[in-house]
Amino acid sequence: MDNKKIYGFVLIMTLVVAGVLAVLKEATAGLVAQNEEVFNKRAILAAVSEPIQQSGEIMVADLSDQEVQEFFASNVKQMVLDAEGGIVEGAMAIDVDMPKEKKKEAASRQFPLYEVNLDGERYYVFSVIGNGLWDIIWANIALESDMNTIAGVAFDHAGETPGLGAEIKDNKGWYQQFYKKKIFRDGELVGVNVRKGGAKDDWDVDGLSGATITGDGVTDMIYNGLNAYESFINEKRSELGGTSMLIQQ
Amino acid sequence: MAEVKDTKAVEKTPLFGKEEKQLIYDPLFDNNPITIQVLGVCSALAVTSLVYPSLVMAVAVVFVCGFSSLFTSLLRNTIPKQVRLIVQLVIIALLVTVVNFVLKAFAYPVYKQLSVYIGLIITNCIVMGRLEAFAMANKPWRSFIDGIGNGLGYGAILVLVGVVREIFGKGTLFAGSGIDMMMIGPSEDYWINTMATEGWQTMFGWYANNNLMVMPAAAMFVIAIVIWIQRARNPKLVDIS
Repeated sequence: MDNKKIYGFVLIMTLVVAGVLAVLKEATAGLVAQNEEVFNKRAILAAVSEPIQQSGEIMVADLSDQEVQEFFASNVKQMVLDAEGGIVEGAMAIDVDMPKEKKKEAASRQFPLYEVNLDGERYYVFSVIGNGLWDIIWANIALESDMNTIAGVAFDHAGETPGLGAEIKDNKGWYQQFYKKKIFRDGELVGVNVRKGGAKDDWDVDGLSGATITGDGVTDMIYNGLNAYESFINEKRSELGGTSMLIQQ
Repeated sequence: MAEVKDTKAVEKTPLFGKEEKQLIYDPLFDNNPITIQVLGVCSALAVTSLVYPSLVMAVAVVFVCGFSSLFTSLLRNTIPKQVRLIVQLVIIALLVTVVNFVLKAFAYPVYKQLSVYIGLIITNCIVMGRLEAFAMANKPWRSFIDGIGNGLGYGAILVLVGVVREIFGKGTLFAGSGIDMMMIGPSEDYWINTMATEGWQTMFGWYANNNLMVMPAAAMFVIAIVIWIQRARNPKLVDIS
């Protein structure tokens, strides 16, 4: 077979394959975008799954895609904060791409914030991002309206080892430790410490054996992530009446 | 003329006869791609720490292996010999990308769990091995069966290793899927509760999950044991490789 025929074959094959893939991508683009949105909304609701279950006996994991959209529309108020803690007008929190924000300079970052309203009780969900062992890890952290008590967390990761670092997402017994933990200690924002060898005080949770670096990543992520929202958190805390809060902690 | 002869031959022989059955059985047992040919071991080590990803991976490989064999066989007389490996690779890559799109559109949570592994099917030696060794020299239907058979042979070992590693490493089965069975562990949620203080479960008080099973090295041991058992039962296999 001469070269012209080979070039011709390869050219036609490339065009056909590229065409097929282009059509497929366009055909599924709508579905994929919708799936992504629902997936992200589920991750937000997963952080407040405990309060949601208590308020209406609904399991977040059992909600259909349609129900997730409806719940979000009726119960969740989305806000985006800039690096100074001011509200960005007209921005939707769900549209903020966290990995992209992580790459930006600190001063130009945007921070998504969700206010979840359950029978008059308010919860605030913060999105944080950090580094695990192999790749990025991220989480949604829900605080109760006292801006101190954790109402739930939902972790996820890009490439931690299944059975080791990936346990931050898969091991329910582990991430449930964060429930009802406090993030302030003596009036100072300290976050929650993932401690190798087991929790020592109320601000600690047990580490995961075989996943020390991922655990350290979680500690740093919670501390740095919540600190980025500090001005908002402090504002809300002072609204509640700072003196009574200081006495409590 | 050659093509006319081909179709006549297919009409005469049954669609799923003895030879076709052989094409399915052989890679499942006596010519298994993992335990006998020792191909595709890399992904078998990587994805088998849990059963559910192993299962989805197995289904994806069966699909890719089957259809890439079919397409390669259909094109076998047209593909220029000089660029046949590139053509095979493009066919495999196309199918893997299709699997990725389908998962992304219709099973998004599974896609999120497996995206990296699915892409790695392109580098799986079994798929390309079958294209070179079988599909380039056989008719489409038989090549398709051969691809499916080899995919199943690979998948069977994957699921087997996954079951062993997940039970002994994590004490669960099908974690991450909808079923999520709790088999053995230190709480009442598990089927065998190692912390139980009464009943037959107390005899498992000594049990603890084996953390080695979670590491990729464990797959090496499990696969080696499968190879050992297989060759001990059938001495004919010992001299083949």
